[in-house]
Amino acid sequence: MSERTKAEVTLAVNGRSYRVRVEPRRTLADTLRDDCGLTGTHLGCEHGVCGACTILADGQPVRSCLMFAVQCEGMDLRTVEDLADGDRLHPIQEAFWENHGLQCGFCTPGFLMLAAGYLEQNPDPDDDELRAVLSSNLCRCTGYQNILKSVRQAAEVMRG
Amino acid sequence: MIPWIGQPLPRFEDPPLLTGEGRFVADLTRGASFLRFVRSPVAHGRIVAIEAPEQVTAFTAKDLRDVRPIRPLLHRPDFHPIEQPVLASGKVRFVGEPVAVVVAGSPEEAEDAAEQVFVDIEPEDRVISAPEAIRRGAPAVHDHLEGNVVVDARFETERVDEVFSGAAVVVDFDLRNRRQNALPLEARGSIAAYDPRSGRTTLTASVQSPHVVRTVLADLLGMPESDLRVVVPDVGGAFGQKFCLAPEDVVTAWVARRLRTTVSWVEDRRENLISSFHSRDHHYRVRGAFDADARLLAVDADLLCNIGAYSCYPVTCGVEPLMALAEFPGPYDFRTYRVRSRGVTTNTCPMAPYRGVSRPVITLAMERLMDLAAVRFDIEPAEIRRRNLISEFPYASATGLVYDEGSYVESLDRAVEAIGLEDFRDCQAAARSEGRYLGIGFSVFSERTGYGTSAFAARSMDVTPGYETVDLAMDPSGNVEARLGASPHGQGLETTLAQLIGDRLGVEPARVRIVHGDTDRTPYGWGTFASRSLVIAGGAARLASDRLAAKLAAIASAELEAAPEDIVIRAGRATVAGTDAGIEVADLARLAYHSSHRLAAGMDPGLTVTASYDPAGTFSNACHVATVEVDPETGGVRVDRFVVVEDAGRLINPMIVDGQLHGGVTQGIAGALYEEIRYDGEGNILTTSLMDFLPPTLAEVPTIEVHHLETISDATITGAKGLGEGGTIGAPAAIINAVSDALRPLGVEVAEVPATPSRLRRLVSESERIPA
Repeated sequence: MSERTKAEVTLAVNGRSYRVRVEPRRTLADTLRDDCGLTGTHLGCEHGVCGACTILADGQPVRSCLMFAVQCEGMDLRTVEDLADGDRLHPIQEAFWENHGLQCGFCTPGFLMLAAGYLEQNPDPDDDELRAVLSSNLCRCTGYQNILKSVRQAAEVMRG
Repeated sequence: MIPWIGQPLPRFEDPPLLTGEGRFVADLTRGASFLRFVRSPVAHGRIVAIEAPEQVTAFTAKDLRDVRPIRPLLHRPDFHPIEQPVLASGKVRFVGEPVAVVVAGSPEEAEDAAEQVFVDIEPEDRVISAPEAIRRGAPAVHDHLEGNVVVDARFETERVDEVFSGAAVVVDFDLRNRRQNALPLEARGSIAAYDPRSGRTTLTASVQSPHVVRTVLADLLGMPESDLRVVVPDVGGAFGQKFCLAPEDVVTAWVARRLRTTVSWVEDRRENLISSFHSRDHHYRVRGAFDADARLLAVDADLLCNIGAYSCYPVTCGVEPLMALAEFPGPYDFRTYRVRSRGVTTNTCPMAPYRGVSRPVITLAMERLMDLAAVRFDIEPAEIRRRNLISEFPYASATGLVYDEGSYVESLDRAVEAIGLEDFRDCQAAARSEGRYLGIGFSVFSERTGYGTSAFAARSMDVTPGYETVDLAMDPSGNVEARLGASPHGQGLETTLAQLIGDRLGVEPARVRIVHGDTDRTPYGWGTFASRSLVIAGGAARLASDRLAAKLAAIASAELEAAPEDIVIRAGRATVAGTDAGIEVADLARLAYHSSHRLAAGMDPGLTVTASYDPAGTFSNACHVATVEVDPETGGVRVDRFVVVEDAGRLINPMIVDGQLHGGVTQGIAGALYEEIRYDGEGNILTTSLMDFLPPTLAEVPTIEVHHLETISDATITGAKGLGEGGTIGAPAAIINAVSDALRPLGVEVAEVPATPSRLRRLVSESERIPA
């Protein structure tokens, strides 16, 4: 692969525009991390199972390791870096902090974005729905107990 | 909030990890070149040629001929050392073994370049399983090691055969625990940066033990240790897989020095599943002798551990068989014991300790023994345990381990109550009449934690880990910094140590900074593994805090004109007991540095102390109980309830404790039901993605109910015992006993884990009884 096979793409990430030159095979996750410098999105498997790379594309949680950057022009992309409002944590982040919803923190950005995408569309889920949604992603440290608790609490707070 | 000990304080670690500001190895590769390892596609064979096109920068064992092989050592006659070259030299011994390394400007280019490296290997006969490897005439994995047995340890008390022949009941069974991968969500990786100005190399690596890595790198590369710095940034889980030396890290450091630049290696998931350390893979044959009252009299066990192609540094491949031998009796009181425990090399990925080490398997064995005996005596599983658990302390086991105070029987009784055993039996009977199969399983176990050099020395380790040192300083502003050789990576140690230190020095934990993971800034230590950091680094932190508090009290006593023993340090103030007279701790700190002329004669200026701690160890204990429903048609298991009654002594931060238990239990459930690394007969690995190797999601994990007992023993100075591994140790036995209990009407007893749907279906179909 060389420079001439690269494509120029404009990505809208966290309300900012990034103009990047990428090989067509470059995944969205690699582009976010390496070309946009947004390393909060993590790679745990690179084959779409673990969900550590979950971000929001037009409001929907997606595996950024399963998308190519060249597919994403014109989409509204949001990553974990955009969740807090300055120094004020998002209610989901607050809830993870209060309820010990993370240990090593590697899967955390993926779970936060998964929960954010889901709760924005489904503000009042029951536990069965939450269990089903949160089973999209893998966590190796917490046994999921406090992740469920955190998202349940965040939903309450977000409903106000 | 005084005292801080015992408070569920939210973690200081969390804010950066929640906002995308965490810094893991792969986040730090900017400006580095990228390495890609070329790995063996053959399980066993002779390397004929390795050829790379001219435009590819590649290195092989020939280039690294000055690098010493990894040679982990135990000094005992029943151990035969084997060596591992950091890149395969002459022979390959497992699929995935690194054979060559390429360097390129991007990860993609490195992958392309690696594919252009041609490796010609002449395949040889291979051995994949341990029983196959010890068969007469089996191919030798290492030429000098006929029979493939690396460690062959035996232990035998008197009168074993006599006790067995006089026993009322002898229970005899085989057990097979298949192979797992610890599977940290962040795979391994490192960045090596050569600095031409100082001549030093910095290895930034996802590891558990930075100082040990520095020592072994210096040894293998033949360079002064002072020319190396090892930095551990955020680590995305490890569970043991990042404790032993990765040969790839050595190669990464070597390439950086050779090219006088910065290079990085970020392992992908496929590599991690194929060639990062594996775990478990034990075959046991166990016999237990009982008297007529169902009291266990003796155990006779033959333990076979597949250690893979090479031995791991520093603990060696003796870690599994030797721990299994020493700790097999667990929490049960019997005096007659015979065991042979072997570590056997095969053409498979090397093994390293994984959360629990051999104890998930030996606990499974002892707990299966108890359940199988309970069936023979027709008594409740809880009852046979009650008759056999140790209850007087200190208790010295058949192998000479000394158990400090615990609550073995109490934890069982509490678990029986929490799960509602009688009600469950009623539900179970009712369900069976409807053709549904419910089961309950208990697991009572001891968890040896926080053990120091004496315990490791008992294994005759060439490298004997154990102590930890804490350098503690209060700066002139009254803030505190503790520097440690322990290397936490998700356990919350920054928070718990700040609570411990804060309490002793009368400062808020938020003003206590914990520094770890940088060999340039921290005292030599052994890192974080073996449920040791809170006990040992915590103990050292407590001792250092005592020293610093004593100095603060001495300074305060002079300022306040009172006896040092009358000074009380609390909530940021040093006061004279029983009076209003006092001085701010921050003012004492300022004085110690800036008005040192006022210090007593002979007192050093400043507030810096050091303390080390090296305890003999302590035993946590717990009882796990699971209820399950098994579908005999599909072989599917649903875990309905999981109760943990845990006794880890004094809880410093109960929220963090519960988190450790949740995660541990989940990994235990994973090992019991789901996760398995599989090889075919030629040594090709069949589970190379997370579509094949199946960690549980929230859909598979039940609510985990945790109850605590707090037995305070004097085995540790903080009263805290370790508990990082307990969840993983106890859960498999509870699950497997529950599955067996459910399927017992069909004549099924599980003897092989994970108990996957296909295995359970096969057991049901092979049994003579037809599901209702």
